[in-house]
Amino acid sequence: MELLVNIILGMMLAATPLLFAATGELVVERAGVLNLGVEGMMVMGAVAGFIVTAESGSHLAGIVGAALAGGAMALLFGLMTQVLLANQVASGLALTIFGLGLSALLGSGYSGFSIPALPRIEIPLLADIPFLGPLLFNHEPMFYLSIALLLLTGWFLTRTRAGLILKAVGENHDAAHAIGHKVVLIRLLALAWGGALAGLGGAYLSIARTPLWSEDMTAGRGWIALAIVVFAGWRPGRALIGAYLFGGVTILQLHVQGLGVAIPSQYLSMLPYLVTIAVLVAISANPTRQALRAPGSLGRTFHAQG
Amino acid sequence: MIRLERRPEPSKIMLWLTPVLAMILTILVGMVLFTILGKDPVQTVAVIFLSPFSDLYNLSELIVKATPLILIAIGLSLGFRAGIWNIGAEGQFTIGALAGGATALAFHGMEALWLMPLMWVVGIAAGMAWAAIPAFLRTRFGANEILVSLMLVYVATLLLSAMVTGPLRDPDGFNFPESRLFEGSATMPLLLDGTRAHIGFIAALVAALAAWLLLGRHVVGFQIRLLGEAPRAARFAGFLESRVIWFCLLVSGGLAGLAGLFEATGPVGQLVPGLPVGYGFTAIIVAFLGRLNPLGIIIAGFVMAVTYLGGEAAEISMQLPNAVTAVFQGLLLFFLLGMDVLSTYRIRPRPGFWKAA
Repeated sequence: MELLVNIILGMMLAATPLLFAATGELVVERAGVLNLGVEGMMVMGAVAGFIVTAESGSHLAGIVGAALAGGAMALLFGLMTQVLLANQVASGLALTIFGLGLSALLGSGYSGFSIPALPRIEIPLLADIPFLGPLLFNHEPMFYLSIALLLLTGWFLTRTRAGLILKAVGENHDAAHAIGHKVVLIRLLALAWGGALAGLGGAYLSIARTPLWSEDMTAGRGWIALAIVVFAGWRPGRALIGAYLFGGVTILQLHVQGLGVAIPSQYLSMLPYLVTIAVLVAISANPTRQALRAPGSLGRTFHAQG
Repeated sequence: MIRLERRPEPSKIMLWLTPVLAMILTILVGMVLFTILGKDPVQTVAVIFLSPFSDLYNLSELIVKATPLILIAIGLSLGFRAGIWNIGAEGQFTIGALAGGATALAFHGMEALWLMPLMWVVGIAAGMAWAAIPAFLRTRFGANEILVSLMLVYVATLLLSAMVTGPLRDPDGFNFPESRLFEGSATMPLLLDGTRAHIGFIAALVAALAAWLLLGRHVVGFQIRLLGEAPRAARFAGFLESRVIWFCLLVSGGLAGLAGLFEATGPVGQLVPGLPVGYGFTAIIVAFLGRLNPLGIIIAGFVMAVTYLGGEAAEISMQLPNAVTAVFQGLLLFFLLGMDVLSTYRIRPRPGFWKAA
């Protein structure tokens, strides 16, 4: 029983950064923008969260700093793609290359530095429930935040007028523009939200999961988050399932390594990436379903005529 | 205030002026960055841009760095023109090095003229095979080639690490995770004795020439350009998008594999886990900086090689962190993409731009 709790807990920890980033990117893509720079925004969030926490001694300041760093990176992408009308795929790659470089530069004085890990919040009474208690009611505040932001995103996209407008912009930006919606402004807001969440995902890695900074510590999670959005069919509820599925694969791989199976660890470490490919194929192989869900203007440049 | 008006044809002058402008902007922002880091900005820029030209050895090192960048970028540029995004060249590079290097190790100690050509063929084939995975999954199942090719970078790096700690480990190497050193027939012939510049550079020039002929003179080149510029028309014209996808991914994978093999058997001299140092990603910048044009890519490859070598020199003589090079390269790509607005659009004054946007 305790092993099972530990495995599920590990899965939740591994899934949380993915969930943050995927929730953010989902909103961005629903607004019709393909930001491939999630990895760069995440790693900037990780380094900013770590540095601010280390310098100020406050985890909260670190978390806010990470969200701001991720948001600033996203707005840089927004400037490129929405104002200067640059290609979104190329700009997203540029954002990742730039973010990996800048984070390494900013963090170069901080490797080997340690900060106190984000403390857990044990919810009184509820945390004592056998099995469910430790799983649901004894986590870092960022875990609860990831779930809260997912619920907020789901509510926003399906229940609010603003969410409806955002989806309209993503489905057909020319039509949305024609009826008077501010396409560029809406997309910049969506991008900032996506960047802030990617930053939080990075900060979860550097101040909660392992309170350390190391270069490239996101290790491809930003790209996996992009795959999760496709897996989720651009719907928040399924993003939760996707993130936990990928978290599960990561943790399973660690547990198998821990059991001392006679497979070199490198092969097991490949699993999350291979599963990502397998899932992408499985989802994409059903073209009718996917075509129905992908936002119509995804990745296309919007240029208002006249 | 201003508005953007689409040009009927991209401006040829701007197309070639933007890389220069982007370079200047990058240097200016770089100088601000150096000042923040407490270095003399003018001196730092001078070190970065002059030291690679200081003597013959440094010049030859420029060729060493530019060779893989040009080879990979030539392949990538074909796909980028067609809107096919192979961003996993780093993985194809790694697999090419691994397979070609394993071939060399299999014939360890043997002196034979056929060994090097065989290694080249294996390196190319392995890079192609690695790129065939995203090509197959894209054309057969519609899986996004960006994500698939990128995931395979991590898989390739882990595979290399598994191999050099396992079957390919140097038996006399005290358990270090590295292969034997390549010897004799299995090392790249040098262009110039006493340097590390090897004949792979000639292969890179040949690849650039072939790409130039392909794009300008061959129907496949026409199909690539058409698919990128007018995908709907390309479909009406009746040729298969999937064939172009296969072609672009196989060519770029093969060239990246070859670049990997060159790197392993040339400058590095053995298989080590740290062999992939990011050339596959930097080559993306090279391809754009060179305007997806073969001649441009050769120039851009050298410009990027200067930033690598100059960055290393600044690291030593100015105590700059080595991450500065990556920041520099990222900034350059940003400015380049942003400035491209000048070549595809005209900027015209108009009242109330911000309201309408």
